[in-house]
Amino acid sequence: MDELLVPASNRKHLLLGNEAVVRGAMEGNVRFVAAYPGTPSSEIIDRFSRLAEEAGVYVEYSVNEKVSMETACAAALSGVRSLCSMKHVGLNVAADAFMTLAYVGVRAGMVMVVADDPSLHSSQNEQDNRAYAKMAGVPMLEPSTPEEAREMTLSGLDLSEAYRIPCMLRTTTRVNHSRGPVRLGELPREKPTASFTKDPFNLVVVPMVGRKLRLALMEKEKMLREEAEKSPFNFVTGQGENGIITSGVSWLYVQDALRDLGLEGKVKVLKLGFTHPMPRKLVGNFLRGVGKVLVVEELEPFLEEAVKGIAQEEEIPVKIVGKGEQWIPRAFELDSVKVKRAVARCFQVPYDPPTIFSAPELPARPPTLCPGCPHRATYFSVRKVFGDEAVYPTDIGCYTLGVLPPLRMADFLVCMGSSVSTAGGFSRVLDRPVVAFIGDSTFFHGGIPGLINAVSHDHRFLLVILDNGTTAMTGHQPHPGVEWTRRGRIEPAVRIEDVVRGCGVKKVALVNPLQMKKTQEVLEDLRRQMKDPGVSVLIAKSPCPLFERRMTGKKQKIVFKVQGDCDRCKRCLRELGCPAFVWEASAAGEECIRINEALCNGCAFCAQMCPSIKPEKIEG
Amino acid sequence: MRIFFTGVGGQGTLLATRLVGEAALEEGLPVVVSEIHGMAQRGGVVESAVAVGNLSSPTIADGEADILLAFEPLEALRALPKCHGRTVVVANTVPIVPFTVAVGQSTYPSMELIRSSLEAKVARVIWVDAVQTARKSGSERGANMVMVGVLAGTGKIPVSGKSWRKAMERVLPGKVLEANWKAFQSGFDLGAPGSE
Repeated sequence: MDELLVPASNRKHLLLGNEAVVRGAMEGNVRFVAAYPGTPSSEIIDRFSRLAEEAGVYVEYSVNEKVSMETACAAALSGVRSLCSMKHVGLNVAADAFMTLAYVGVRAGMVMVVADDPSLHSSQNEQDNRAYAKMAGVPMLEPSTPEEAREMTLSGLDLSEAYRIPCMLRTTTRVNHSRGPVRLGELPREKPTASFTKDPFNLVVVPMVGRKLRLALMEKEKMLREEAEKSPFNFVTGQGENGIITSGVSWLYVQDALRDLGLEGKVKVLKLGFTHPMPRKLVGNFLRGVGKVLVVEELEPFLEEAVKGIAQEEEIPVKIVGKGEQWIPRAFELDSVKVKRAVARCFQVPYDPPTIFSAPELPARPPTLCPGCPHRATYFSVRKVFGDEAVYPTDIGCYTLGVLPPLRMADFLVCMGSSVSTAGGFSRVLDRPVVAFIGDSTFFHGGIPGLINAVSHDHRFLLVILDNGTTAMTGHQPHPGVEWTRRGRIEPAVRIEDVVRGCGVKKVALVNPLQMKKTQEVLEDLRRQMKDPGVSVLIAKSPCPLFERRMTGKKQKIVFKVQGDCDRCKRCLRELGCPAFVWEASAAGEECIRINEALCNGCAFCAQMCPSIKPEKIEG
Repeated sequence: MRIFFTGVGGQGTLLATRLVGEAALEEGLPVVVSEIHGMAQRGGVVESAVAVGNLSSPTIADGEADILLAFEPLEALRALPKCHGRTVVVANTVPIVPFTVAVGQSTYPSMELIRSSLEAKVARVIWVDAVQTARKSGSERGANMVMVGVLAGTGKIPVSGKSWRKAMERVLPGKVLEANWKAFQSGFDLGAPGSE
């Protein structure tokens, strides 16, 4: 039995925050889940996918976040509790649905998990999505721990159903990817029956319906504020003249700071878990009881501005501090030391910050494309043909690592799908060749409208679709073009080539990038054709080796070795940058190039660029 | 007790982290574990943390790690800012050459520099050839369990042998259990006080 489906018991389980969300959803009888993976949210959909059959839950990897939200809301509208999850920037993609779904609402409970990534561990920005809850007017819960993630997912479903509005569960990386003891509650057994009653004057948002729903949303917000006032997720601990207001993971840093500073129980702490709509009375009463308040939160001054507004409106003479260089930083994650410093300063208690030892300057260890990764081969050949002159807009996935030396094959990136549309813009104004890169999953997610646009406006660029058969970066999730599954090879639901042709692209070529000569010939040909206007597409198709091995169980048969006739030109190091290559001293004391057998994946690409590299059979 | 883990993608640090967390939970101690998934794992540095006892923060700030469990010597030195004067370091001596060194862009620091820089600052460093130890106990793949075994052997975390065993049964059930337990035990003996 899946660990997340075991019956309620007294024993606590050490669950990841994301697993706790799944358990909470199961306890809340969620039967419909849709998501596009994205760090730090991916384990939510992955864990749902694993237990789907056993638990009787419909789970789909949607093509993007907007699609996932729309798909899941239809289930909730039909009386089936649903959940969608996404990383913070995924909500930008889903925002169109999000803003108006708040108006229309749902019938059964619906929770939207939105995972922010302060410090940009795996993201392109660190936007604070709490602003979205306020903008849309939906209720928002912010867990601090895995246990709260479970409770709030369950409670968010009830709240959503009671007020017929989706509920946002806003997490951060340190909640999603923390493990903590979680109590397992009861799992309901009754299966909901779906039904739909036509009600177009509440469900079809034409302006006259929208106007009515706008007013209804404001009424809901008032009632939800009352819920926040009495929510058990908002509570006060400690006592004294000094106050702290905090939420999410910051609450944990506050606890450690107070303990270490000897202030445990001596500072009044308002811990907010239900943060939109803001419980105004609760905050007002808290402010009246203290002389000075420090607001401790990551990223934007979301709580701080609300608290200052309440103090002003209620005419409460209290000093409130929060964001500031000497106080709580706005950029990046907090930690207990940053919080200790601010707390000590605010309440004037002594604090000796730890002496920080410094390490000498050390060689960096950046993440790199794996040995045998077909993206490296594609980049090598494209650079060979298009050189430094071309502009290379890129996109989001493993292949973004191509930005690093020695490949340096990325010139511009803002978001999922931006490679294709920006290539159009660049090619219109620049007198240089433009070659854009996008991965297979990202192409389905956000690349197709840009491609249609490029075709219809005759933009002149080459789009290279790096098709490795999976969503590799986030952990090998499926997408519509997947051919390999654990059950063997399948006919893909949607072929990339068909989509490209369907978008109106006339010049389409398909290569296996691990075949160097053929790939470069095709690229030369495409380059010549770029004299004429119009977009051309090269599909560079070769499976992610990690994924392929996992799916097929295929064993590696050969490794490659550098022979004695190597002239040490170092082209392999300078141009290819495969992590299996090592520059070292030989037994005779001479510098030489070696291929680390344990890392070599046997892809054979290097042997096509250098005659001194030869295959060798793996014994046994 | 704040334990900071560092290593290279593919070394099994996250599994080791989880094992320490499960063992503390089994022992009935308050515990918080934090992991970083995603981009970090493509051959980059992987850091994680376990806080055992009366602590709430999932992460460890600079200067606050009581124990540093380093699966790779260069990464042990890189994590020095996490340590304080009373920190106990358990470090694997087997290097994994970073890509930047392999292609000749930079130089791997000498083991002497790594040793002396760490030993000058922290209370105690236990150096372990985790790969060799694991190989002797059956398989190199158990190197991460050797590292956790050494940590357990130091007695720094108040977890009983019974709880370590139960935690391992939970994290690594089935046919890999005994091999991993053996690796853990061979590490345990190295970590035990007076074994150096």
